[in-house]
Amino acid sequence: MTVAVRVIPCLDVANGRVVKGVNFLNLQDSGDPVELASRYYAQGADEITFLDVTATVEDRSTMYDIVERTAETLFIPLTVGGGVRTADDVARLLSHGADKIGVNSAAIRRPELIDDIAARFGAQVIVLSLDVLRDNSAPSGFLVTTHGGREKTTLDALVWAREAIDRGAGELLVNSIDADGTKAGFDIELIAAMREISSVPVIASGGAGQLDHFLPAITAGADAVLAASVFHSGTFTVGDVKRALSEGGVTVR
Amino acid sequence: MAEAAAPTVAVLDYGSGNVHSAVKALEAAGAQVTLTRDRQAVMDADGLLVPGVGAFAAVMEQLRDVRGDELVERRLAGGRKVMGICVGMQVMFENGLEHGIDTEGLGEWPGAVTQLDAPVLPHMGWNTVEAAEGSTLFRGIEDERFYFVHSYAAKDWTLDVYGAFAQPKVTYATHGQRFIAAVENGPLTATQFHPEKSGEAGLKLLANWIESL
Repeated sequence: MTVAVRVIPCLDVANGRVVKGVNFLNLQDSGDPVELASRYYAQGADEITFLDVTATVEDRSTMYDIVERTAETLFIPLTVGGGVRTADDVARLLSHGADKIGVNSAAIRRPELIDDIAARFGAQVIVLSLDVLRDNSAPSGFLVTTHGGREKTTLDALVWAREAIDRGAGELLVNSIDADGTKAGFDIELIAAMREISSVPVIASGGAGQLDHFLPAITAGADAVLAASVFHSGTFTVGDVKRALSEGGVTVR
Repeated sequence: MAEAAAPTVAVLDYGSGNVHSAVKALEAAGAQVTLTRDRQAVMDADGLLVPGVGAFAAVMEQLRDVRGDELVERRLAGGRKVMGICVGMQVMFENGLEHGIDTEGLGEWPGAVTQLDAPVLPHMGWNTVEAAEGSTLFRGIEDERFYFVHSYAAKDWTLDVYGAFAQPKVTYATHGQRFIAAVENGPLTATQFHPEKSGEAGLKLLANWIESL
């Protein structure tokens, strides 16, 4: 009778195709988003996350189409992030079949965006997406970056997460820029620090490379784990991750 | 022929969140579905589905704007099936208390919807339920997990039913504390979780409801 830990495949989408690179560079084609999402659904994915990594105006309609086609056949929660700037963007994505919306840089520029979305659609719709870099300029040692880690902000990641929760964020997607793409494991200290300050669910992201990487993230306090390339490349399946977690004593679906 | 025999379901279109998935899931579960706020269409359908996400007060306001409160009331008075999902379930109770604001609900059932006492909120993810004995809704899926996303819930069932009426079937779940996860009460059914987001188990639950129409 406890809520199961969620395993969430993430699909970075550019120009209608799934892409994945190291530290957001060298993007490689990994396939059709709707096809991949269906494969992960069949493997037992608890949610699907689409991240629009180009997020230019021309590509928006492509993303709406992908979301709509996915939501027609997949009856699990669908989170869409990337380039969300206004509450109207949120309304449009929800009407195409998204359940939760990831907000990142637009909320950093204008934190009231979180209040706006929460007031209109409820806190459960907002996933605050954080790209976190270890950097001594932040008091906690964890700094918020934008543009996939290429640009530093002056925000301490823990302070920003707390503010976003107070404004109405319903969940934190914590992506380690240091770990992202390295396949060397999640940044466990970062997850533990986020758990410490967060009253909302925490999704651990960045660094998954082996099956034994997932259990430490949960032990550190994550409510969900997110990974991309290990699933796209077929290194292992969603089912494999769940088995590994289950063998470690974690409740999964 | 089979298609002509499929029960019809109206999904109440009143501007609440992602209704796209509810429509598609009901279709996949075997219903003929219309997304509508048209009075006649809502009254004529074999079943009415009331979705709902967001704040209790906002949902009530949006419902009243399309006179959804009257439509639900009328259908139930005639013994016509209605199903509420998530906040669409919560508004069936007398009132909802969120952020210190007490909002009047539809009052089909006694009791209040209040915040869950749990370390992590929202309660977000797949959880088990204690399916009510003899439940039609959970037939064949009693041990499955369903997708919840909410911070508020009704915790106490206080409706006593007398005489010839069937006893309500109340299903519970636990997150921090025990709360009502689903109710089957005559023509009115409701789930706190999202069957339309609960994979194959959710589709089966919707099919169970559709079969009862």
